[in-house]
Amino acid sequence: MSTQQNPGHGDEVVAHEGSAPVTHFQNPGLPPHKPRQGDLHPSAAKRAERQVVILFTISIIGTIGAVVAWALVPPGDTPSSMRLSNFLIGFGLFLSLMGIGTAAVHWAKALMNDHEKVEMRHPQRSSDENRAAAVEVLKEGAADSGIGRRGVLKGAAVTSLALFPLAIAVPLIGDIGGNWDVSQLKHTIWRKGVKLTTDPAGRPIKAADVTIGSVFHVIPENLEEVPAEDRLNQKAKAVVLLVRLDPKDLKESEERKGWSYDGIVAYSKICTHVGCPVALYEQQTHHLLCPCHQSTFDVADGAKVVFGPAKRALPQLPIEVDDEGYLVAQSDFLEPVGPSFWERLK
Amino acid sequence: MSTTSPTRGARAASGTADYLDQRTGVGTAVKEFARKIFPDHWSFLLGEIALYSFVVLLISGVFLTMFFVPSMGETHYHGPWAAMDGVEMSQAFASTLRLSFEVRGGLLMRQIHHWAALLFMASIVTHMMRVFFTGAFRKPREVNWVVGFVLMILGLAAGFSGYSLPDDVLSGNGLRITDGVVKAIPIIGSYMSFFLFGGEFPGTDIIPRLFTVHILLVPGLILALIGLHLFFVVLHKHTQYPGPGRTDKNVVGYPLFPVYTAKAGGFFFIVFGVIALMAATMTINPVWNYGPYDPSPVSAGAQPDWYMLFLEGALRLMPGQTEYVIGGYTLSLNVLIPAMVVPGILFVAIAAYPFIEAAVTKDKREHHVLDRPRNAPFRTAFGVAFLTAFVVLVLAGSNDLIATQFKMSLNDITWAFRVLLFVGPAFAFWVTKRICLSLQRKDRELVLHGHETGRIVRFAHGEYIEVHRPLDEYEQWLLVSYDSPRPLEIEPAEDSRGVRRKGYRLDRFKQRVSRIFFEDRVEPVTPAELAAAHSHGEHDALTGPESANAQVTSEVGSRPAAETEIDGRNH
Amino acid sequence: MKALAARRHHRHAPVVLLLLALLATGALYAVLAPTSADAADSAASANDIEAGDKLFQANCATCHGPTGEGSGSAPSLIGVGAASVDFQVGTGRMPMAISGPQAEAKPAQFNAEQTAQLAAYVASLGAGPGIPVAEQVDPSKGDAANGMALFRTNCAMCHNAVGAGGALSEGKYAPSLLETTNTHIYEAMATGPQSMPVFSDANLTSEEKRDIIAYIDAQREPSPGGINLGSLGPVSEGLWVWVVGMGLLIGAAVWIGAKSS
Repeated sequence: MSTQQNPGHGDEVVAHEGSAPVTHFQNPGLPPHKPRQGDLHPSAAKRAERQVVILFTISIIGTIGAVVAWALVPPGDTPSSMRLSNFLIGFGLFLSLMGIGTAAVHWAKALMNDHEKVEMRHPQRSSDENRAAAVEVLKEGAADSGIGRRGVLKGAAVTSLALFPLAIAVPLIGDIGGNWDVSQLKHTIWRKGVKLTTDPAGRPIKAADVTIGSVFHVIPENLEEVPAEDRLNQKAKAVVLLVRLDPKDLKESEERKGWSYDGIVAYSKICTHVGCPVALYEQQTHHLLCPCHQSTFDVADGAKVVFGPAKRALPQLPIEVDDEGYLVAQSDFLEPVGPSFWERLK
Repeated sequence: MSTTSPTRGARAASGTADYLDQRTGVGTAVKEFARKIFPDHWSFLLGEIALYSFVVLLISGVFLTMFFVPSMGETHYHGPWAAMDGVEMSQAFASTLRLSFEVRGGLLMRQIHHWAALLFMASIVTHMMRVFFTGAFRKPREVNWVVGFVLMILGLAAGFSGYSLPDDVLSGNGLRITDGVVKAIPIIGSYMSFFLFGGEFPGTDIIPRLFTVHILLVPGLILALIGLHLFFVVLHKHTQYPGPGRTDKNVVGYPLFPVYTAKAGGFFFIVFGVIALMAATMTINPVWNYGPYDPSPVSAGAQPDWYMLFLEGALRLMPGQTEYVIGGYTLSLNVLIPAMVVPGILFVAIAAYPFIEAAVTKDKREHHVLDRPRNAPFRTAFGVAFLTAFVVLVLAGSNDLIATQFKMSLNDITWAFRVLLFVGPAFAFWVTKRICLSLQRKDRELVLHGHETGRIVRFAHGEYIEVHRPLDEYEQWLLVSYDSPRPLEIEPAEDSRGVRRKGYRLDRFKQRVSRIFFEDRVEPVTPAELAAAHSHGEHDALTGPESANAQVTSEVGSRPAAETEIDGRNH
Repeated sequence: MKALAARRHHRHAPVVLLLLALLATGALYAVLAPTSADAADSAASANDIEAGDKLFQANCATCHGPTGEGSGSAPSLIGVGAASVDFQVGTGRMPMAISGPQAEAKPAQFNAEQTAQLAAYVASLGAGPGIPVAEQVDPSKGDAANGMALFRTNCAMCHNAVGAGGALSEGKYAPSLLETTNTHIYEAMATGPQSMPVFSDANLTSEEKRDIIAYIDAQREPSPGGINLGSLGPVSEGLWVWVVGMGLLIGAAVWIGAKSS
C-alpha cells in the first residue's frame, strides 16, 4: 500500500485464455508523482491556506446575510418585494453553502496529501471452502426443520403466508375506488331543458348573442345545484364549447340535422384522446386544437379528427332554443364523453 | 477549551472513542473504511450530484410539509397575491400560495425543492450515461445497475407525485392525462381510474393520496435503495479508468479520510449552493400563474417536467387511426402504444442491457477497469441511438414551443419527428460506430508512429521526413490496454461424417448476434506490430544503430520504442 | 494579444469562458428584454371619414375592394367597426406583407391620425365595435382575480397562462400579449382578428374585458421567483436545469477531479 511503487509491474499483465504474452504490452505501473506548487514552495501552500480561510469567511458572511435578510426584508405585498426577499435570502444561502463547498475542495486539492494510494481488490466470489461450508450449514438447518420430510407442513406454511395479505388487500381495494360505479363515466348532468351558461360566470346565453365567429365556454346551469364535493367531477364531464358558424359552412349528417340552432353547435370540450380540454378554436378554419397533444377537430364537419392522436370526433350536445330565446340542451350527450375506455360502447 | 489544553481535548476524544468502541466495536469499521481508496475522476461525481440533490430534496421537503395542507377541501384565498384574491380553490393550492408569499423563505424553499427535483433526475440520467458508456455495469455490478435503474423509476414516481400536489391547472391537466391513459388499459381501465382517484376524476382523494406517496412511500424506498446502491459501491470498490498502474485487481486513488471526505463533503455544499442560486434567481413552477385546478381551462405550453416529456412526446406523435372497436369493446392503441408500450420498451432495454451484453460476449470475468467508449463501438453506438430516440421524443413533447420559437408549422414538426423517431436512432448508431472505429484507428496510428513534432528533417540524399516523437510508456499503455472481442466462431453445421449436429441453429443465432456486436473491430497494437513499425522506419534513422531493433518481434514483452527518436515517416 | 493567446490554453479557460458566456447572455437579455410601450389614443371626427376614404382607396382597396365589400383573398370590412381598424392597422398587421391566415404584427405603416381616419371611414361603412375609451381599458379599475378566472377559461389555451403566446395549427400562432397595448387587447377581444374568435359583450362584458386587461397588466410585473424564463412552463425550466444546473455542477466536478497545479 505504499505510494510510489509500481503495482502494475510484472504479475499484473492482463492474461486471457490462450493468449501468448507477445500479443500484449505490460502495464508500466503508476507514473511518478508530480509535486504541486504547494509541495515545492511553502509560500504557495501558505497562499492556498489563506484562500481556504477566505472562502470559509465568505460562507460565514453569507449565513449572516441570509438571516439578516430574513429579519429585515419580508416578502411584502407586491411581486417586487417578494422577489427581493426571495433573492436576498437565497443569495445569502448560496454564499453560505458555496463558501464551505469551495473551501473544503480547495483544501483537499491544494493542501492535503496528493500521493495516489493503491488498494488491492479481491474477487467477489466466496472461496470454495466457504461455499461448501455454507451449503453444509443450510443442509443442517433444513434437516433440523425437517422440511423435506413434512410435506403437508410445508404446504400449510406456504399457503398461509401466501393468503394473509388478502386480509389487508381486500378491505383496501374494496373501498379505495369509492363506489366503484364506473357507469357514471357514461353520463353527465346535461338534461332536456338545462340552460347553457357561460363558464365561470354562469350567465345563460341567448342564441341572438352568439355572433358568427364567437366561441363560448359553457357549463350547464344545474352545475350550481351539484353538491360541492361532486361539482368538479361533474364539471369535468359536462364542459362544452359553443360556436356559431355561418350555416352554409356547416356540414351536418342527416341524423344530427336537428342538433344545432341556426349555425350554433355545441361540442364536448373534453378530448377523446386522453381528456384534456380542447379549446383552441381557430375562427377562420373552424378547427379546434387540443393544446396537450394537438389533436385537431373540424367543428364545421361534426368535430371529426383532422390531425393528431385522437381517433373519435368530439361528442355533440343537441341544443335548441327555449321560449325566452335562451339556448338549452335537448338531452344528455348521446355517447360517453372524454377518453376511450374498454366498455364505453356497452 | 481544547485550544488551550490540547491534551485534555485529546483525552476527551479518546474517552468517547473508547466508550463507543466498547459498545459497538466501531474501531474495526474505522480501520476498515477510513482510508478506503476512491479513484478520482470528474465523471465519478455525477452520481454524487444525484445523491446530494436527494438530500436537498429531503431538507427542503421537510420545510414544505410544515406549511402545506394536502387537502382538496374548498376554501377562498385571501392574501397578498391580488390576482387570486377571493378565488375559490382547494386548501392544497391556497396553502401553496401562503407558503410561497407569506412564509419568509418559503418561496425559496419551494423553488429549491423543485429545482433540486429536476436536477435529481438530470443527474441520475447523466450518471447512468456515464456508467453505460464506460461499461461500469459489467460483472460484478449488474445487480447494482438494476438497483440504480429502480432508483430512476422511483425518481420519476417521486417527481410525478410531487408535481401534482399544488393542485394547479397545469399539474391537474397532467393528472387528467394520466386518467385518460389509465382508462385506455383494456378491461380494467375504468376500474383502475376509480382505484387511483377514489371514484370519478378528479374526486377529492387524489391530492392526499399523492401526498402520502410523495412524502412517505417513494422517499422511503429511495432511501433504502440508495443505501443498497452505496453498499454495493463499497463492496465492489469503485471502478477506475484505464491507465498506467491501474488493473482489474487494484484500485488507485485517494483515501476516504481526509481527501474524499473533504472533496465529496465539499461537493455536497457546492450542489446545494448551485441549487440555492437557481432558486434565488430563477422562477420555477409559478403555480400562481396557472391558478387552482378546474377541469375547464388549460393553457398553451401544457407540458410535464422534463423527465416526463418523452411520454408526452410519444403521445403527441402517435397517429390516432389506431383505436379499434372489437366486438363492441374499445381498444385504444393510440394511447396504449405511446403511453405503455414505448416506455416499456425503453425501460426494459435499459434494465436488461447488462445481461444482454454479458450473454452475447460470454464474458465471465470481473471488470473493474472501465472501457473507453470508443473501445466498445457497438455499445457506444447503441447508447447514442437510444439517447437519440429519447431526445426526439422529448423534442416532440415540446413541439408547440418549437413551433412558436422557431416559427414553424406544428403539423410539419410533428410529421418530421414521426419520421425522425425511426430514422434518427439508426443514423446516430451508424455515425457513432464509425466515429468510434475511427478514433480507435487514430489511437493505433498514434501508438505506431508517435506524435508529430512539426520538425522537418532533410536527408543528405534529399528526402524530407517529419520527425515523430514516440509515446512514453504511460501514454502508450492507455491506448493499447483494451480488449477487442472477436465475433463468436461456431462449429460447422455438419460434422466430419456429414451428420447435421444438434444445436446448430441456436449457435448460428448466437453467432449472428455476436457479429452485430463485434463484426467491425479495430484491434489494439501489439508489441510485435509496434516493433515492425519501428523497423520499417529504420532506414531513415538519424540517431544511429540503436534504433535498428528489427528483431524485436521475438523479444517478449520488451518496450522497443522507448529509445527510438524517429520511428516512422509521415505517411 | 500574446498574453491572451497564452491564457487561452490555461486550465481555467473553459470555466472563465462559460462564466463570460453566461454574463453576456444575461446582459444581452437585459438589453433586448421587452419594454412596454403606450400608443396614443385619438378620437375620430366627421371629416376624418373623407381623408380615411382616400387612404383606403390607396392602400386597402386592392384586396378589400373599393367599398370594403371584400374579395376572395380578404374579408368584407362592412360592420367590422372602428375597433377592428384601430387594432389591425395600429399593430401594423394591416396592410399585410403577404396574404395568409397569420397577419404578423410589425411597425405600423400609418400614424395615429391616419389610423383614426381609416377607422372613421370603415366605421362609416356599417355599425361595429368602436374603439374603447380610456376608462374601459384602465387596469386599475379592473378586478385582476376575476380577470384571472376569465382569462384562463377563454384565453390561456392559446395565449398561455400569462399571455406569453402559443402555437396554433399549420404554422399559425397566438401572439404574446405582454407587449400589446391595453386598447389593442380590448379591440382584439371585441373583433376577433384572424384566427381569434370574437368575444362580444354578451360573452365577455365590457367590465369583464377590463378585468382581463387588469390580469394581463399584472403579469407584466416581475415574477416573485426571479427571472421568468420566458413564462413558457416546464420545458424551459427543464432546458435551464440542464444548461445552468448541470452545466455549473459538471464544471465544478471537473475542477474537483482535476489535479492541483
